[in-house]
Amino acid sequence: MSRLSDWHIAALLALTGIAGPLLLPALVTQFAFLWLMIVFAVTWDILGGRMGYNSFGNIVFFGIGCYAAAVIQRDMGLPYFEGLALGLVVGTGLAVLAAALLGSALLGIRGHYFAIATLGLTVASGEIAAGWNYVGAGSGMALPLYPGALGERELFFSYSLFAVAACCFLLCRWLYSTRFGLALNAIRDDHDKADAMGLRTTPIKIFAWCIAAFFLALSGGLAANMIGFIDPRDVAFAGATFGVWMVLMAILGGKGTLWGPVLGAVVFHITQEIFWTWLLGWQRVALGALIVIIVVFFPQGIMGWWAERRARREAA
Amino acid sequence: MSALLEVRNVTKRFGGVVANANISLGVERGEIAGLIGPNGSGKSTLFGCIAGAHAVDEGDILFEGAPIKHLRTATIARLGLIRTYQQTRIYGAMSCMENMAISAREAQGGLLSLLRPVPPATSRRAADLLAFVGLHEKREEKAARLSFGQQKLLEFAMALMNEPKLLLLDEPTAGINPTLINGLIDRLRRANSELGVTLLVIEHNMRVIMNLAHRITCLAHGQVLAEGTPDEVRDDARVLDAYLGVA
Ligand SMILES: Nc1ncnc2c1ncn2[C@@H]1O[C@H](COP(=O)(O)OP(=O)(O)OP(=O)(O)O)[C@@H](O)[C@H]1O
Ligand SMILES: [Mg+2]
Repeated sequence: MSRLSDWHIAALLALTGIAGPLLLPALVTQFAFLWLMIVFAVTWDILGGRMGYNSFGNIVFFGIGCYAAAVIQRDMGLPYFEGLALGLVVGTGLAVLAAALLGSALLGIRGHYFAIATLGLTVASGEIAAGWNYVGAGSGMALPLYPGALGERELFFSYSLFAVAACCFLLCRWLYSTRFGLALNAIRDDHDKADAMGLRTTPIKIFAWCIAAFFLALSGGLAANMIGFIDPRDVAFAGATFGVWMVLMAILGGKGTLWGPVLGAVVFHITQEIFWTWLLGWQRVALGALIVIIVVFFPQGIMGWWAERRARREAA
Repeated sequence: MSALLEVRNVTKRFGGVVANANISLGVERGEIAGLIGPNGSGKSTLFGCIAGAHAVDEGDILFEGAPIKHLRTATIARLGLIRTYQQTRIYGAMSCMENMAISAREAQGGLLSLLRPVPPATSRRAADLLAFVGLHEKREEKAARLSFGQQKLLEFAMALMNEPKLLLLDEPTAGINPTLINGLIDRLRRANSELGVTLLVIEHNMRVIMNLAHRITCLAHGQVLAEGTPDEVRDDARVLDAYLGVA
């Protein structure tokens, strides 16, 4: 894509993020979830697209963010925004720590085994949270009420999540322009070669996961407050929904491309909303069919399909 | 001259197969050493042992006088010992320039040093080295789209980008168009004389290795069969036998 259209997309998204909730107040929550989906897809792509590590465990960091915020806000006796801010700080800190520890243990595993190990991680996390009384066990946790006026709350979280998504995207964009980005690609293309060329692959991989964990936890704390309630398996460690969607959105848009995950998130979110509105009762079946279609017909994603089409046209 | 690399009585087994049996050889700083031997004689395995890809069963390996047997591949690479692969290994989805940039010595640094764009000087060196191996036209091409021979050249250029002290080349002329082989021999010599890289080269093409190497070691059945100047090795009856399959 040319530089000009890059800026067009960025401007369009920024305009949607800022003006959208004001112009279409009925859709504020939808916008908020859209930004959340973008965070999901963009952070998943750091490992999945750029580094060649397909993780089904990223949702764990989101869950840590959810629970950290809920616990801090419940126990610290702070006013709402102070509690939220501290919750986000603690949540991101814990998630980054978890990524560093889990990364040292799991990132040595290659290929499908890594995917399976991270899937186990997600399931285990959900089970632990569901059995742990301190965090409400199976009945989950309620978050404190937003203090402002009724419509303001959605607006606040929509803007916050937009800011998180924008920062996340811009940081990744910058990272991919550095040697670090090339190192990620080298690990993806041939891990053994990268080792044999003396790259410090272990810290590189762990750092990459820590970045994903940071933004996921940040969005987790905000999303938990926006939803107002966290269920261990359906919200925080929702491996079967959020956890799989992140992968699908990145694949749908185009793994390892700058705009692919963003595009995938937008298309996926809109499609899903349409399903919920028009196919009520069948939405899960339709979603399942969509997943199959994505994997079978768009393995290269929209960006890959686009690039191929353009190449073919240039050749003709 | 001092020994840059010393392989002492190295044995490497794969299950029941003894791929390297009590092998000893040395590479002097500044020289071009050759390693020959029939298929399956254990040449690539020895490279794997030296570069830390295989755990050595017995023996010792010294690089600049220090033991490296227990070090990991990446650590050995950072000491200045780089190897290329017989099947060639490049970063397929990255462009040639990106392959070169991430092969630079500074890419071996810590995380903080990686969080910077590729410096213009590195890009210039990358372009120069690609021109040196004749791939300048292809520099923005994805590495996976190059032919096997071109990938071989790219891998060689990537290794040079790393400025190693010792470079182990596994069959650098395999898959290279015969009309270009003389040019490649010339480049290997220049890498040695102008860039100061000591070379240990596995080669099946006798004409190439006899022309290139100062000293040659011949392996057969995982053992050192003969060692000496190209003339000595060529005239050795045991080497002839090994190659003709008489022995
Ligand atoms: N990873 C491995 N596992 C089991 N056996 C192996 C392995 N690598 C090599 N071997 C065996 O070790 C022996 C030596 O193989 P090696 O690849 O080192 O030979 P080579 O001299 O490089 O041969 P060529 O000229 O064909 O490249 C062969 O018998 C081979 O089958
Ligand atoms: Mg070999």
